Amino acid sequence: MSGARLSIGFIPLVDASALIVAVDKGFTAAEGLNVDLVREVSWSNVRDKLNIGLFDAAHLLAPVAIASTLGLGHVKVPIVAAFGLGLNGNAITVSPALHAAIAAHADGDIGDPMVTARALARVVAERKMRGEEPLTFGVTFPYSTHNYQLRFWMAAGGVDPDQDIRLVVLPPPYMVESLVKQHVDGFCVGAPWNSVAVDLGVGHILHFVSEILQRAAEKVLAVRARWVNDNPDLFARLIRAHGKAAAYIEDVANREEVSAILAAPDRIGCAAEVVRRTLDGRMKISPDGTYRTSERYLLIGRAGAARPDPVHAAWLYAQMVRWGQVLMSAEALAEAKATFRPDLYDSILGPAPLPPDEPADRIGAFTGPMFDPNDIGAHLDGWKIRRR
Amino acid sequence: MDLTLKIVIVDESPVRSAIIEEGLREAGYSHVARVAETANLLARVYAVDPDVIIIDLENPSRDVLEQMFQVSRVVKRPIAMFVDQSDAASIQASVDAGVSAYIVGGLAKERVKSILDLCISRFNAFSRLQDELEQVKSALSDRKIIDRAKGMLMKVKNLSEEEAYSLMRSTAMREKKKIVDIAQSIITAAEMLK
Repeated sequence: MSGARLSIGFIPLVDASALIVAVDKGFTAAEGLNVDLVREVSWSNVRDKLNIGLFDAAHLLAPVAIASTLGLGHVKVPIVAAFGLGLNGNAITVSPALHAAIAAHADGDIGDPMVTARALARVVAERKMRGEEPLTFGVTFPYSTHNYQLRFWMAAGGVDPDQDIRLVVLPPPYMVESLVKQHVDGFCVGAPWNSVAVDLGVGHILHFVSEILQRAAEKVLAVRARWVNDNPDLFARLIRAHGKAAAYIEDVANREEVSAILAAPDRIGCAAEVVRRTLDGRMKISPDGTYRTSERYLLIGRAGAARPDPVHAAWLYAQMVRWGQVLMSAEALAEAKATFRPDLYDSILGPAPLPPDEPADRIGAFTGPMFDPNDIGAHLDGWKIRRR
Repeated sequence: MDLTLKIVIVDESPVRSAIIEEGLREAGYSHVARVAETANLLARVYAVDPDVIIIDLENPSRDVLEQMFQVSRVVKRPIAMFVDQSDAASIQASVDAGVSAYIVGGLAKERVKSILDLCISRFNAFSRLQDELEQVKSALSDRKIIDRAKGMLMKVKNLSEEEAYSLMRSTAMREKKKIVDIAQSIITAAEMLK
């Protein structure tokens, strides 16, 4: 194989699909790109290797792309995200014991996130009264959509994620083991780990994150802003290959083949059937074999998911402010929004209008007022539980 | 060199972290602790309150450490040395070796450079040892394959041990292959013809 050599990092998760399929199905080669896919073990590694130029591009948590641009908790390296690798795709999984406790305290359908959030608040209050240890939940990274989705959900029911429970960071491959060993009572993580817990009979999927927010940016294809400047042509070819891969993945006729490509040992390395469940949005949620289906479980190349939306960047930035990771500033908000580049997406792939049935504020939270990216202050004032 | 620095090594390989600890102690650092388990990583690191944290880059627990830097308002905030872009050669060496260091509380980089350099050379020495071990292992298994093929030749063609071996060796030379490859094809062929 010849062509320009690119090195691209990824974490073995189903939302790396567009990147993996772009390379393994030959869409990058067709664009004259010779891509080395490098599987990584931590988001810190992916971020650092992208920042110092060992990677030309990376499968990256959307909030890490923003944090890098802003220099949060780390050196400041402006990042460009012109292709969204996925919206949603995570789930909240809890231990059988916590699932039973939530069900016992529910005042309605436990498919409703408000019902479960209130039930969780009652469970938390009872444990406190009995003098028991607080519940512990795992998330994948401090700057992760998982972290914000989990916090958004429980805070809606009156649980303060910093006071009432413990939140810990766990690498995704350790999540299930930690649940088994009762180091955590639940977690919010991407595929395939929720399904692994359910299949082992050690966890129940309580919610798909798409039940909490209909549209939330999960992973992006991240490149350094400087690299885009220096290599506009390579960048365009890379984005074009991703556009083709995302469309290929969303064609149901290709599901079988795509699932097999993704499941390979040097890619995600899990059962093809588990990948397939995720792509189909048909998940086994309970060890007893109950399934739940959602068309929104993981959006890759449909419903305008691949076109990065600055409203999503603003929402993620608002969560960073809400939970005390950064102080509110108009400049930082503008920088966060400018990390997501729909203009570049449009110029390379052509415009992708949002389907009319998508939520009006392009977020679709299960509770609270519509999100206004131009008035984050008012949005945050609406929440009782927040850091100041 | 500041020998009073407290150093924590976070490494899933107990052998490698022992090698590093030994190296640091030889260099005169006496406050060295090792953490191998992911469980309670934060608590254990907090308990030592280190000035420098050494972690292998193949360790997913790097993300767990990053959380510590997020939540620690009281504890001094560690900075990854790995991301300091001023010293490209040092970064490359550290990535190649697969090790990274976090420096806590604004210590001058120069004070830690010798520690990181030492870790890099020990990490490299460790991978060399592993490579050698692999080579020894594969040499052993080559030996077994050749012996088996030799035995087959002796039996089928009624040859002495020496004749069987030199037949394989001359064939390997003629076909420009390794003797173990010839031996393997003899075994494969024999199994197919069984």
